[in-house]
Amino acid sequence: MLHQGKASSKIRPENLQESVSVSNGVAKIDAADMHYRELNAKLRALNGNGVKQIELRNVYGQRYIGTDLKENINVDIYGIPGNDLGAFMRGPIITVHGDAQDGCGNTMDEGKIIIHGHAGDILGYAMRGGSIFVRDDVGYRVGIHMKEYRRKKPVIVVGGTAQDFLGEYMAGGILVVLGLTLKDGERHRARFVGTGMHGGKMYVRGEFSHPAKDVKVVGLDAEDREVLLGIVSEFCDYFGYDVKEIMAYEFNKVVPISYRPYNNVYAK
Amino acid sequence: MRTQLESEYVVERNEDRCIRCKVCVNQCTYETHYYDPEDDRVCSRNENCVNCHRCVVFCPAQAITIVPNPTRYTSNDHWTQEAISDIKKQAESGGAMLTAMGCDKPYFTYWDRLLLNASQVTNPSIDPLREPMELRTYLGAKPDRLKANAEKGEPLLETDLSPQLRLETPILFSAISYGAVSFNVHEALARAARAAGTFFNTGEGGLDRRLYKYGDHAIVQVASGRFGVHPDYLNAGAAIEIKIGQGAKPGIGGHLPGEKVGPDISRTRMIPVGTDALSPAPQHDIYSIEDLRQLIYALKEATDYAKPVSVKIAAVHNVAAIASGIVRAGADIIAIDGKRGATGAAPKISRDNVGIPIEMALASVDQRLRDEGIRNKASIIVAGGIRSSADVVKAIALGADAMYIATAALVAMGCTVCQKCYTGKCPWGIATTDPWISRRINPNIATRRLVNLLQAWSLEIKETMGGMGINAIESLRGNRLHLRGVGLTDTELKILGTRMAGD
Repeated sequence: MLHQGKASSKIRPENLQESVSVSNGVAKIDAADMHYRELNAKLRALNGNGVKQIELRNVYGQRYIGTDLKENINVDIYGIPGNDLGAFMRGPIITVHGDAQDGCGNTMDEGKIIIHGHAGDILGYAMRGGSIFVRDDVGYRVGIHMKEYRRKKPVIVVGGTAQDFLGEYMAGGILVVLGLTLKDGERHRARFVGTGMHGGKMYVRGEFSHPAKDVKVVGLDAEDREVLLGIVSEFCDYFGYDVKEIMAYEFNKVVPISYRPYNNVYAK
Repeated sequence: MRTQLESEYVVERNEDRCIRCKVCVNQCTYETHYYDPEDDRVCSRNENCVNCHRCVVFCPAQAITIVPNPTRYTSNDHWTQEAISDIKKQAESGGAMLTAMGCDKPYFTYWDRLLLNASQVTNPSIDPLREPMELRTYLGAKPDRLKANAEKGEPLLETDLSPQLRLETPILFSAISYGAVSFNVHEALARAARAAGTFFNTGEGGLDRRLYKYGDHAIVQVASGRFGVHPDYLNAGAAIEIKIGQGAKPGIGGHLPGEKVGPDISRTRMIPVGTDALSPAPQHDIYSIEDLRQLIYALKEATDYAKPVSVKIAAVHNVAAIASGIVRAGADIIAIDGKRGATGAAPKISRDNVGIPIEMALASVDQRLRDEGIRNKASIIVAGGIRSSADVVKAIALGADAMYIATAALVAMGCTVCQKCYTGKCPWGIATTDPWISRRINPNIATRRLVNLLQAWSLEIKETMGGMGINAIESLRGNRLHLRGVGLTDTELKILGTRMAGD
């Protein structure tokens, strides 16, 4: 069939054990030359069968890893996962030992993604819950349309710097940019930070020059510092940075000017 | 600033008939009517009237008539009443003109220029009351060829079939979001879809948990705002639809104003009470056909390839090429919403000026997919101002697999197309989230009215097919020889792929 590609013959139940080894509740999959449909079908087959930990080796661009895993599980990825890592994900904890590509955490509901490297564009698009930690830099439109609902409050932490349209249409949650990859005196280059933002908050360490017209930049209060300290501590646990050193610098807080940006646009 | 706007309608009350019962006062949510105890009479504020007819229908004495304000500006075909009053409204507010429902301008309906065929002498017509007539329709990708094995006696199908939606009549309820309409309306659509063996579309505002039990008759929508989109929602529906565009406002997003986001809407959309729900114009993970493919397959992965994925677009200039891309991106269903497609709120400039008629879009998409040999890979649903079973029959002959109806469904429940949905004060209890006004829709009665409408249209479709000598809707699908044009140019006939009446 046109749509399904060569993978469809390999996802029959009898083939799902190939390239998979399980011992002591830890499964290992060699993903070399494996189509994403096959890889994800194997993950689904392991999920809920007493396996608590999965190690994926030789991952080269397979998409949608972590999508549709119903029970909580730890997935360690060695290599470069493809786009939409953890899309629509609810629950699992994914650790990437390498870089991630675009669309990571797309419409994510719960769970955690920890990336020991860079990540691409639209990280955390429409993310509603859970958290994403990126050690280094990220691409464009990170945190776009993040939103929060009651106890669900998504958190994205970027260790390095971000590209333009950071926090675009942001409607909730917390976006932290630490600037650890910037050189002394270097500013964040992101332009149009918070375009269309109408909820949530961003904490940015280091100077940035181009906030969008929809936001205001203010200082942190005591509650902000407490929240931020918790988030940064977790970041440091994963990547081995010193919390005190990071928190010693001044942060800026970016918040929307209006929670009702379209209120006066129309003649009624 | 003193307003220069005049009232659009005048309420005429027959004083001899009026019994001062104040039903009109209580029914009008725009406070048009009021009771004056000193004179013991009911009076009207004409400037508030939107011509929704709620008071007319509910007046027990039949005392009320609503007429367009007979005081007009000097007659002028160019500087129309509408043009002048819009300018005045904008000069007074500085805002963009907002409107609702579908485009109301006269020049976009081709259904009325297409006529249907019937059998005479040379082939017999069929009486649908006496003979079986098949309206059942399957939506989803069909294989290029079927392989069966009959070695063991009974033939067994060897080809893996893609997931399909089974409809008992080729009509579905189009996307109307919870928030744009009340819970009772959503419930009625869901129940009617189940009762009639078809599907309702949740729209982009999520699906209330109380309606998950109707999930096997729901198409759950995923739009740029991703409101209420989570694994349970995706798995609750029978199919998933990616909303790229909408016929009433192609190319622009939407927003549900914070006033409409009460506790129930908040829970379903999963956003805080009172915040604006913004749907950006594009889905920012889709800038290309390749990106669309990525989202289609993300949704298929999220539901383990068990459900067809639809992609809904507005009918625009290059719709045929776009549709080809959508099919190649892996969509199982493509939904096309035409110029007449309705909305709860849209800028007037967009509703009345952007997009193309659905008839032209459908004809060109169907032809393009046939020319490319990929028509079987996706079903086509058309939407946008389908008013009657005649429109349905003509659309199927033009190449559609099924229709989405929304305006017609709302009219069945009570709507009179007054085009004021965006006020949130719908006196019929439809386009509102106000708990008090919402109670005006009784889900039991609304469900019955919807089921009746589908039953009536299905009967008419069968009758018309019988007249053509056709006993299965599959034989009518894309059968343009059953259409003839009247009053159309050669170019229009060419695009529609039909011949002139008499030809």
